[in-house]
Amino acid sequence: MTKSLRTKALVILAVILLCAFGVIGLPRSFQQAAANLRENIRLGLDLRGGSHLILQVRVHEAAKAKADMAIETLRQELRRANIDFTSIDRNEPQRVEETDSIQIQIKGVPSARAGDLRALVNERLGAWILTGVSSTDYRLTLRPTELLAMKRETVERTIRTLERRINSLGLTEPVIQQHGSSESEFEILVQLPGVDDPARVKQIMGTTAVLELAEVRDGPFSSRDQAMAKHGGVLPLNTKLVPEMRRAGERGEGWYLVNRVPVVTGEDLRNARPGRDEFGKWETDFTLGPDGARRFARFTEANIGNRLAIILDNQVRSAPVIQSRIEDNGRITGAVNEQDAADLAVVLQSGSLPAGIDYLEERTIGPSLGADSIRQGVVSGLVGVVLVVTVMVVYYKKSGLNAVIALILNALITLAALSYLDAVWTLPGIAGFILSLGMAVDSNVLIFERIREELRAGKGVVAAVDAGFDRVFITIIDTHVVTVVSSAFLFMFGTGPVKGFAVTLVIGLIANLFTAVFVSRTMFQYSLSRRTQIATLSI
Amino acid sequence: MELFRETHIDFLGKTRLAVGLSLALIVAGIASLVIKGGPKWGIDFRGGTLVYVKFLHQPPLDQIRTALENRIPGEITVQEMTGAREIIIGTEFKDERSLDAARQMISRTLQERFGQTGSRLDFNNAGQQVLVDRLRDPLQRNNVALSEQDLQDLVARMLAFRDQERSGVLASFDELSSVRGVTPAVLATLKQEAALAPFSIRQVEIVGPKVGADLRQKALLATLYALGGMLVYIAFRFEFIAGVAAVLAIIHDTVITIGFFSFSGREINLTVIAALLTLIGYSMNDKIVVFDRVRENLKLRIREKLPVLINRSINQTLSRTLLTAGPTLLCTLALYFLGGPVLNGIAYALFIGIVVGTYSSIFIASAILVAWQNFSERRKRRVGAPVAAPVSNRKEAARKASSKAVRQA
Repeated sequence: MTKSLRTKALVILAVILLCAFGVIGLPRSFQQAAANLRENIRLGLDLRGGSHLILQVRVHEAAKAKADMAIETLRQELRRANIDFTSIDRNEPQRVEETDSIQIQIKGVPSARAGDLRALVNERLGAWILTGVSSTDYRLTLRPTELLAMKRETVERTIRTLERRINSLGLTEPVIQQHGSSESEFEILVQLPGVDDPARVKQIMGTTAVLELAEVRDGPFSSRDQAMAKHGGVLPLNTKLVPEMRRAGERGEGWYLVNRVPVVTGEDLRNARPGRDEFGKWETDFTLGPDGARRFARFTEANIGNRLAIILDNQVRSAPVIQSRIEDNGRITGAVNEQDAADLAVVLQSGSLPAGIDYLEERTIGPSLGADSIRQGVVSGLVGVVLVVTVMVVYYKKSGLNAVIALILNALITLAALSYLDAVWTLPGIAGFILSLGMAVDSNVLIFERIREELRAGKGVVAAVDAGFDRVFITIIDTHVVTVVSSAFLFMFGTGPVKGFAVTLVIGLIANLFTAVFVSRTMFQYSLSRRTQIATLSI
Repeated sequence: MELFRETHIDFLGKTRLAVGLSLALIVAGIASLVIKGGPKWGIDFRGGTLVYVKFLHQPPLDQIRTALENRIPGEITVQEMTGAREIIIGTEFKDERSLDAARQMISRTLQERFGQTGSRLDFNNAGQQVLVDRLRDPLQRNNVALSEQDLQDLVARMLAFRDQERSGVLASFDELSSVRGVTPAVLATLKQEAALAPFSIRQVEIVGPKVGADLRQKALLATLYALGGMLVYIAFRFEFIAGVAAVLAIIHDTVITIGFFSFSGREINLTVIAALLTLIGYSMNDKIVVFDRVRENLKLRIREKLPVLINRSINQTLSRTLLTAGPTLLCTLALYFLGGPVLNGIAYALFIGIVVGTYSSIFIASAILVAWQNFSERRKRRVGAPVAAPVSNRKEAARKASSKAVRQA
């Protein structure tokens, strides 16, 4: 063996060892090797089973909540400063895209107090811009910077809350991240590999879990109209109508008139857990933090005999009569079973979502389907490989074997590269891998056909092999680079599955340049260098 | 072994026939698309809900359809996957919330109509945690002592058996007796607490219309950019017209393949897009090999007309073209027949694409080169002076050589 050949052989050996390490690590036993293999070949959701969800945060709800808070502050401050007004309202953005349109209308402020109003808004509501509509009416809009900060914070808080909820369920390797642009789309990608009860997880994620304990002013009414009629068509100041949650088998409606500002909210909670009441029914018990407990105690002491509404996500769960002073304990009744009670405890403890969420996309692949896909994929893949190998060996004899070795090495390099990159195998990724293997076969065919052609032209074996590799090198570079160029575009502009395709394809092509051009040639040279008289080539 | 040895087939002589065939296929494909109102987009691009349900026995399609139609407003499709005892239930709505509600209604209706498990838990559609919670106390009552970890492991093994050995649907609990740790007492508890619905929901896809439109646009853009990138690279490495010829031939391949999808009523989803991208890559590979040979032969400066030279190049690379296509086709056939429903669409696209791509590498791409040359020759003769500046010396040499040949003839 010549010196240069020995160097080449060492390079190839080093690459093989590096790849083998990437795929099976440093195993001490066969079982360990198999376990490492399973760990290093990471399967995507479509092969492994699990849920892929894209949710949209209803940021316009957060904008409305912010406006409501501003209205509340404004009312108090105007009253304190003795500035008259006839009404303060906000508009009602219906969709996420309309978030920016949020505004508050102030009507009927005497024109003499315009300066006072302006000063008050500047001092107390710095996030808002006051614009005059007429001599007595004004409009408040959110500053662009505040709007942007509000949107960003809403999405970030939602992500943090979802993380807490999902982690408390003990799911493995969940992915929760922002999806698309934060300024305009407000989407969150959630991937839950291996989850086998996605409906429950969706339920837990989607619960806004806004808990309010508020004083009941009137009710229950059997309909919204009845409630309005009793109060002459206008609700008393600072109150709202909340419907009662209907349980299975219950009919009709129930409406309560409650204070708009609750006594305590979910933010005052210290702890929540499932429990049973005296009749053995499931419920969720909660404990308040010291601050909330003080307020709750003061309120219940002053309101013995009145009713208190326990409101979850704008539905009255129950409205018990206050029997005595309560310090820091409460309970939410109405759970169907233990799991229901436990799930509510999870969402309460993880804090409420700043806004509701909508599911834009869901893909759930059951574990049995993933198992079937893998089995069928492996069987058909093996049959395909056996067919190709047979054709190559029958058609090109020993040289075909050479190609088969290059092909196996190519597969090994791709497996190792994906393992080092922490990338996952998906179905489109496998399509990319198959294309790269097809191109690997093609590179070998190109080289062999060229060598045959040179042999036919009367060249000697060594010269024919050299000429074959040299001439075809340019072609292989062109075919590979053009595919890498197009893959780069696919990666930049494509979505998830298209990206996976591009990544495995590019890795396979780079591996192929190494195996088809370098490894295959070295093997040819090695077998030729061992013979002194070369008259024939097995091709 | 050698199958093709120094062939001398006049491929360019058959250009008229080839163009006729291609045009017929393209027109037929486009006509089919127009008649059917565009391609049949899969749920990825259309937006909608799909629920895949595997049944133990032959699914009662009509019963399922009527049961669902009474519960869900709007159109319901119930399709059967042939030979798999699996059905796909689909609905379409314009907003995301109704899609989600429809999915819940589908599983509830199936449960009520065909599950009939009563108050017992449906084992075939249960998750691990639910099953563990359900079995914990009854097992204790039946004197089966298990630690929490052991119970979790036991349930995981039973579910793995259901999913991997029985494709998600058990016919009888007795099948579980081969699972490690399933004693007669465990089996008895299971039978008392759980029941087996004759189906299992295997996959759910809900794609909101907004996401669907977004995915469609992004897939199309990515493909167009990729084609543009290829054109620029080939124009840079060869000549501009070569890039145009290759890209035109590839569009030809893609349009015909999409036409075949329309003929056979197959859906185009994201996985099929990956297959279309694969065949674009494959076909481009083919074209470059031929063009490369043309370039190499041009360098030899043999006095030869361009059509003759191109014909010779195609013949020289013919054995390679067919030898690559052959094994790859065998692979796609293996995928088609053995790969299961998920890979079936990919295999179909690849099979058609490779046949059409190989054909267009031989008959179409080079014909475009020759047609362009004829066109510019004629224009030059009409104007009486060279109009187009020489693009490269190589090309100029070829043109001189071929025009000389024309004069000699």
